Formats: sequence, C-alpha cells, structure tokens
Amino acid sequence: MNWSLGKMLKTQEGVVLALTAGTLVLFAIFLPSFLTAGNLISLVRSMSILGLLSLAMAMVVISRGVDISVIATMVVSVSWVLVLQRNGVPLGATLLLGGLLAALVGALIGAVIAYGEIPPIFATLAAGSVVYGAGRTWLFKLEMQNVPPDSSFFTAIGNSQIFGIPVIIVVFAGFCILVHLFLTRTRLGWALYAMGNNPAAARNSGFAIRPLTVGLYTASSLIAFVAGLLIAASTNSINARLYNSTMIYDILLIVVLGGIGLNGGHGRVRNVLLGAALVGILLNGMTILNVNFTTQNLVKGVVLLSAIVIDAILNPRDEQTSQQGDL
Amino acid sequence: MKSTLKYVLAMGLALQVCVPMAMAQGTKGLENPRSTKFHSDLSGKTVAFLPLSMGFDLTEGWAAQMRKQADRLGYSFEIRDPAWSTDAGTRALQSLIGEAPDLIVVHNPDIQSYARLLKQAQAKGVKILQINLESNTTTDSYVGADWTEIGEQAANAVVAQCSEGKGPSNKVAIDTGVPTAASDVFQLDGIYRVLDKHPEIEVVSQQATEYNAEKARSIMDTVLQQHPDLCGSIGIWDNQDTGTASAIKQAGKQDQVFLVTSGGGNAVGCENVSNGMFDLYISYNVPLQGDILNAEIARLLQSDAKAGDNKAVYFNPLTLIDKSNVNPRNCWTLDALK
Repeated sequence: MNWSLGKMLKTQEGVVLALTAGTLVLFAIFLPSFLTAGNLISLVRSMSILGLLSLAMAMVVISRGVDISVIATMVVSVSWVLVLQRNGVPLGATLLLGGLLAALVGALIGAVIAYGEIPPIFATLAAGSVVYGAGRTWLFKLEMQNVPPDSSFFTAIGNSQIFGIPVIIVVFAGFCILVHLFLTRTRLGWALYAMGNNPAAARNSGFAIRPLTVGLYTASSLIAFVAGLLIAASTNSINARLYNSTMIYDILLIVVLGGIGLNGGHGRVRNVLLGAALVGILLNGMTILNVNFTTQNLVKGVVLLSAIVIDAILNPRDEQTSQQGDL
Repeated sequence: MKSTLKYVLAMGLALQVCVPMAMAQGTKGLENPRSTKFHSDLSGKTVAFLPLSMGFDLTEGWAAQMRKQADRLGYSFEIRDPAWSTDAGTRALQSLIGEAPDLIVVHNPDIQSYARLLKQAQAKGVKILQINLESNTTTDSYVGADWTEIGEQAANAVVAQCSEGKGPSNKVAIDTGVPTAASDVFQLDGIYRVLDKHPEIEVVSQQATEYNAEKARSIMDTVLQQHPDLCGSIGIWDNQDTGTASAIKQAGKQDQVFLVTSGGGNAVGCENVSNGMFDLYISYNVPLQGDILNAEIARLLQSDAKAGDNKAVYFNPLTLIDKSNVNPRNCWTLDALK
C-alpha cells in the first residue's frame, strides 16, 4: 500500500485520525495530568467494553448487516448468569448456560436474517425487544443484579492486573488481535468483505452466505456476552436498563466515526480502535475538565457531525454510493 | 320512698332481663357503618399506576404493595409501563386521561414533562397522586422522599468526614443521574445549601452518569487519577453507585474515600453497605412509602373533594443505613412485600 499524508487526509479515517491527534495534543498541553500512565490506562479501560462491543458490530457491519440487539443479548445473558449463581448453580455451569443462551439468541437472529431474508436492522431491532422482554419475564425480575458477594471470579477480572495492565484491557486487546486475524487471514473473514461489497456476487461465487450469516450473528452475540461479563466484573453489577440507554448509539458512533461505512465491505479493527480512541479521549478530557452533561453531549454530536460533513466534502457522492445508498 | 325502692327494683329487674337480651343480639355483633361505607366506597374504583419503568426495586416494591391493597379492598389496579421512555409515558398519561380512572399514581421522569398533563387530568376530575419524583405541578397528593433533605444529609455526612483537618483533603466528587429529574435538581440544591456553609470543601467533579454504573465507574476512575487524595463522594442513586464504589475499591481507596449514596433500601443496596462498598446509604424506605401510598389512595378514593381542590404533600422519614444497622427491618426484599 502506498501511504501518503495527503491521500490519508482525504479519507474519513484520515480526518478522524487528525481530529484524534489534535485533541490528544490539546489535552496533553492544557491538562497537566492528562498524559500520565495512570490516566491513559484509565482512559483505555473506560473504552474497552464499548470497544469490544464495537468489534462485534464492526464485523456485522462489514458484511452489510447491523446488530441492534447486542445490548439486549448482553444484559439478558449476563443477568441470567448472576441470577443462577445466586441460586447456587456452580460458576462454570452458569457461564456455560449464559454463553449457550447468547449463542442461541445470535443463531436465531442470524437465521431470521439469512433464511427469512428480513433486513438486519428490522430483525435485530425487533429481536432486541423480544430478548429483553423474554428475559425480564422469565429469567430475572429486577433490572439490577449484583455480583454475588463471594464470587472470586468476577472480583479477579475486575481487580487484577497483568504486568500493571487491567485484565479488562488485556481481554479487549486479545479480541482485537483475534478479530484482526480473522478478518485479514481467514477465508471466512474475506467472505465477510465479499458479502458486504456485493451479496449477490458473493453468493454466485460459491460462498455459503446463509450459514455464514448465522455464524456471524452468533459470534456477535458471544462477544456481547463476554462484554457483559466484563461490565459485571467492572462494576460489581449489571443493570438490564443498559438496553434502554444510548449505549447502542455510542457503539454505532465508534464504528462509523472510525470509518467503517454502514454500506458494508470496508473496515478493519484499526478503524474501531480509532473511533474508540477519539470518543475515549474526548470523554476523558471532558471529565477531567468537569464539563457538564449537556455540553458533553453537544461536543459528541458536533464531532460526529463534522466528521460526516468533512467526509462528504472530501468524498462526494458518486455513482456507486448513490445506487447502493447508505443505511 | 317506697316508690323509689320499687323503681330501683324495677330497674334492676329490667337490667337483668334486658342486658342478656342485648348480649344475645350481640352474638351477631353490631354493623360498623364506617366499615361498610369504607368498603363500598372503595370497591369498584379504578386506580392506574404510571411508573418510570417497571422492573426495578422501587417501582416493583410500590406496585406489589398497591396491588395487595387493591385486591383486599376490591378496586382495580393497573400498571402502564413506559419502560423509561418519557414519550411513551406522555402517551400513556394522555390515554389514561381519556379513560378517566378515579386516581392515577404518577412517577415523574423529570419536573417538567408531565406537568401540564397532570393539570389536565385533574381538570377532568381524575385525582393525581405523585410518588417519590415530583413534578413542578402540585397535585392532590405527593408521597415520597424530600430530595433536598437527602442532599443535605449526604452533604452533612461528607462534611463530617472531609472538613478542615479531618480527611486526607477537602476534595469531594458528586455524581448525578439525569440533570432534569427531581432527584437531581432538588438534591443538588440540598447538597450545596450545606457545602456553601463550608467553603473549605472543594467539589472537584460533578458529572452526570445517566444512571449507568459503568459510566459512573469510569468517571470515578478518572477523578481518582486527577485527585488521588479525594476524600468524599456523593452519589445520587445506589443502582449507579455500585460503579462508583467499584472504582474506589479497584483503586484500593475504600478506607480513604467516604461514599454516600441513596436508594429505596432494597437488600441489594444493603448488601453493598455490609461489604463495605457504600459507607452511608440513605434509604427512603420503599415498604414505608408503599404503606403511606396505600393510605393516601384510600383517602383520595373516599374523599368527596374534587380533583385538584385539596393539595397535600408528605415527605416520608429517611433511614440512614451504615454497617451497624443493616438488618431485615431496614432492608427489604421484593418477595417479602408480595
């Protein structure tokens, strides 16, 4: 690949990279304690869970899908794990059951999309409320579930460090490497790009698109389950209300801001990292500056909007995008 | 003289005959007209409950108690669950006004959104009882926490730990929920009423968490990086402050940072007191609120006053829970209320 700065700056990725670097430099100069090891670790850690969910979303988006139901799957499967643990089921069994539930939900959603040919955005939007409603009705009554006080598993994940780096960051880094290798080194990974670029052509070339879709949504649900476990370990509890929060938009913000177009076929793990870095740096800096809630939302909105506008100016609509359309 | 004696004897005889007769009638007792009226006034009435959302300790607790009384007294009780959406809540309230039940129990998402609709409902003759989160409109009744008082109590507790010469510093962090909710605006007023009298206390961070524990965690994590000598923290709700407490615990500063939070007194919150995550837990006592709610519902349904004519407010007492008084009386479970 031939990288030149000028070329780089003409992509959305380049614009966001420049924005990120700019904010980083500004904060580093004006906030004395911003560039300390402690704060940087806290910054990365605060983005690890959103980043992990964004990895799942990125894979789905690359295949020209979208998974709005990840949060529902996450909160329901992990709340169930905690309820089971409270009822005395051994830890290993609860994790297995929770994982199976997440995988089953993902596979069903994937099947509806692949075999029912329902557009992913509608299928996952509807599936989200079905999963959440079913969970609230049958698996747990209260939205808030505490980690059982004697659970050394969650305490270990939430509190320990490996070479001074919190386990949560290590898990996120591990998944980044895994997904990166999957997308760049495996046939299945390449198939995702093919599906995203042109589903019909991908099918005609002999890719088993339907089973692949089922597998993809299963993987996305399983990653969501892991992210939920990290939340439980991190805050000692999980609140099913996250399903009703703006978390899903934050995930889409990271994916889109990082430069993974919603029309599919493009994007790498580094785009997720870039999006997460910009959002994380902004949030961390604004917390240090003690900026109020409304202004923080305003800044987030303005940054996203400017990234889109600059991208639109640098990369005007062409024949292909106008035919294919954005999501 | 003789006639008087006769009279007394006659009286005695009459008593001897009549009292047992009355007693004989008494085996079937006397009808209490007030009880009859109480039951007939209430049976067949309709009460609707519009919570922020079902599925969390507060609303499930109140609903369990209100349903129990409705079953006992034979009035209908139904719940409209807007699942945290103010829009859905507004629509539910509008449709309830159309259906005109006798009473609506409302849990306000913020002080403004429902204000006009609540007035409209009362104008149509529907009585309004607000629970725990107030609207700017005063209605037939409000039962719940006095958020100003909670703020004052929380600030007083933190001042006691962090004023001049007491803690590692005078630095305090505040994390709020959603900036427009009654719990935020009035509680902040209470907090600053106290802190303004103690200029030595420095509020180093005041951030909204949107009731999200993970967000609360990462805010506290960042704040502790900037202010490793932080002395105290005031959180607005136990459900989110598990995150704040986790950040403090993960930084190994549980003995240093004094964390005050508030909530409904559910056993889940109390558990975090006994394991040392919360230093002080100000409980507004959901079972008590449920009892008062029930009394108010019965009073309003019986009252001949028109909706909106008489306005009442009752701020229920708070329970300060720390490690010394985590017990079943102060900490409730949902199953026990059902």
